[in-house]
Amino acid sequence: MSPRRAEPAALSPEAAERRRRHRLLQIRIVVVLTALLGLNYVTWRWLFSVNWDAWWIGVPLVLAETYSLIDSLLFGLGMWRLRERGEPPPAPPDLTVDVFIATYNEPIDLVMTTARAAKAITYPHRTWVLDDGNRPEMRAAAEAEGIGWLTRSADWVGMPRHAKAGNLNNALLNTDGEFMLILDADQIPMPEILDRTLGYFTDEKMALVQTPQWFVNVPDDDPLGSQAPLFYGPIQQGKDGWNSAFFCGSNAVIRREALMQLGISRYVQEVETGVERALRTARSVVRRSRAGLGPEEHEVRAALDTILADIDGARRDLARDVPLFDVTFAFQQRVAAVRASLVADDLATLQEDLAVLAELEEIAEDPDIHLGSMDAGELGQVLARDLSPLAAVEAVETLVRAIDVDRGGEAQAIMPLATISVTEDMATCMRLHTMGWHSAYHDEVLAHGLAPEDLQTMLVQRLRWAQGTVQVMFRENPLVQKGLTLPQRLMYFATMWSYLSGFAAIVYIGAPVVYLMIGVLPVQALSTEFFLRLVPFLVVNQLLFWLVADGRPTWRGQQYSLALFPVWIKSFTSAFGNVFLNRPLDFAVTPKTKQEPTGPAWHLVRPQLWAIGLLLAAMVVGTIRILAGQANTAGALFNMVWVAFDLLIFSVIIKAARYRGFEPPEPSSDLQSDPPTDIAAPAREGAT
Amino acid sequence: MELDVSTRDDGIAVVVPRGRLNMVSARQLKETLSDLVAGGSARIVVDLGETTFLDSSGLGALIGGLKAARQAGGDLRVARPTPAVVSVFELTNLDRVLRARESVETAFDA
Repeated sequence: MSPRRAEPAALSPEAAERRRRHRLLQIRIVVVLTALLGLNYVTWRWLFSVNWDAWWIGVPLVLAETYSLIDSLLFGLGMWRLRERGEPPPAPPDLTVDVFIATYNEPIDLVMTTARAAKAITYPHRTWVLDDGNRPEMRAAAEAEGIGWLTRSADWVGMPRHAKAGNLNNALLNTDGEFMLILDADQIPMPEILDRTLGYFTDEKMALVQTPQWFVNVPDDDPLGSQAPLFYGPIQQGKDGWNSAFFCGSNAVIRREALMQLGISRYVQEVETGVERALRTARSVVRRSRAGLGPEEHEVRAALDTILADIDGARRDLARDVPLFDVTFAFQQRVAAVRASLVADDLATLQEDLAVLAELEEIAEDPDIHLGSMDAGELGQVLARDLSPLAAVEAVETLVRAIDVDRGGEAQAIMPLATISVTEDMATCMRLHTMGWHSAYHDEVLAHGLAPEDLQTMLVQRLRWAQGTVQVMFRENPLVQKGLTLPQRLMYFATMWSYLSGFAAIVYIGAPVVYLMIGVLPVQALSTEFFLRLVPFLVVNQLLFWLVADGRPTWRGQQYSLALFPVWIKSFTSAFGNVFLNRPLDFAVTPKTKQEPTGPAWHLVRPQLWAIGLLLAAMVVGTIRILAGQANTAGALFNMVWVAFDLLIFSVIIKAARYRGFEPPEPSSDLQSDPPTDIAAPAREGAT
Repeated sequence: MELDVSTRDDGIAVVVPRGRLNMVSARQLKETLSDLVAGGSARIVVDLGETTFLDSSGLGALIGGLKAARQAGGDLRVARPTPAVVSVFELTNLDRVLRARESVETAFDA
């Protein structure tokens, strides 16, 4: 039996539908209440309750509360359309399907366990191991059992590899199934995974069906917050209701046509931008060369003028929507002709130009530099030396050729999976939605995965997700993407917004500490009115969580969304540096094998330990100040309750640092095949 | 899908995909085009007049062929698309960069 069936088997379809409607009505009532009470509280806080005299703590607190309110409203928007799809439509016969298992350096045994399970999927399909490590022993193991093996083609030599997105893009162009199931190397599929998902594709606009990621190597109390029962559940179902269920990188079935169409339209877009930039740069290169000419070099000047005129003509044609390949073809022919005429005149200076040209060729071939993405200023710096006329003309040719049809800086002209982010899944999915495709979330565990078992690996993984999400927000902000509906934009934005919680966490730790230590209150007064406005909001907010969770645990997720505040802040600052300042992300692949335990990993959670220490110190100082009669007792007690709540949140960090990895339960237990009903929630939980 | 390949007196190769040009037949087209370029025919017209269906994988094969042809100093032109094929071009915006010609004979004029 699978862990979470789409529908309790005992209910008839009609009864199930009645239950769904009833539940949605309840949820909607609480969503409205939460929104009203939250707006009421935060508006009042801004208008009447901020302690402006202590603005340095008063303003951060009201900002943090406003952040949390927006988070709550976005969550409510998703829950408003919570979509429980129930039994999937039957899978149509005779579809062609490729099953992809993406691997880089995972142990052969682990990959083969997944590959064998993939081969045993009942719906007819082909199974492929996509081996980015290009390992002969991996190939031998796969082929010995009749499983396909693919690695990067020769086109990728010396080109940007784009990690997993590149691996999948390579596989896409070397297979031809109508649909593909994507699996990470440690996600073991169940035999019925295709039978339960392909039916959704009878909707011709359906591009993607995502199923949950669920982990077998996690104990009941889930110390690392690995399971994501709220994300792979109500949050995805809420997004699904607005046709924005996310692609999460594994355990999803995708329609090839949707990805290819995306790839072609991105290709067109990137060629257009690249050619426009190349022409601009070419113009400044030729102009500089022309300025260096002696007064008697009439013929050369005339030649360069011709090219300048051609460049301007080409740009005008592009602006008039003349098809680009016609423009670049004609342009290149004219430049070649001019060059031929220059060669004879210019033999003398040829020698010194060769060095410069070699440099330019290097740039065009450097996998880390994309001519298409460099702007005129950057290229100008690279070509700081004034070129001789011949070299300038050749530079123009090289420039335009490099970003024209060829996309010389990439292994494949067509890159269906997005490469702008370390989490290619979300960016790709958003682009699919932009083009009008549909997605579905099918809430049934159809693969059993392995989660990280040590704190360090878990932290790297969370950081990676967060960085990828924030990268997408900076590079392709969903709020301004044409083609998305307003709710779709908000559903994508909600997930990005949730990763800002790290900044709010600092304020939620700092405010009570400041009060207990030095008696400064960030609000006007802890009056009855304050509590009358705040408490009902907190209560309905928790009620909404409880209602949508429907028995799934949410506490672990709430803990981690605050307790991992250093990770969220780092994701934000590093993604900012990467997108806007061109710094590397320090990206690491999540290790799939167990790290050797070396005692509690306190060094990984220093900021949290400092926070715990500070909170405890505030408790002590607060107590002393009450006893000494220096503090308002009621105010101090309220803040102590707040501190105690913070400490309860952070206690998970102690548990996580002491965790020694998963020990399989006694043989009598059936944990392996049947997950406990009280599996705990992860950091992504906070993500709406 | 069936592929007819012929070479005209002026050295231009004409490729005619007949039937459905989809994810399965796209690879055949891609290979045919790169074989032509490798064999010295870098000027190619793909006649889409007999193509009843074209998907994005088919477009991908055309772009792959175009890339190969341009690298060899030639070009690839497409001609006579049916309305169904034109709509696929428009859907992906490929019509913004690749103009389809009205006839095979004049595909390389202008």
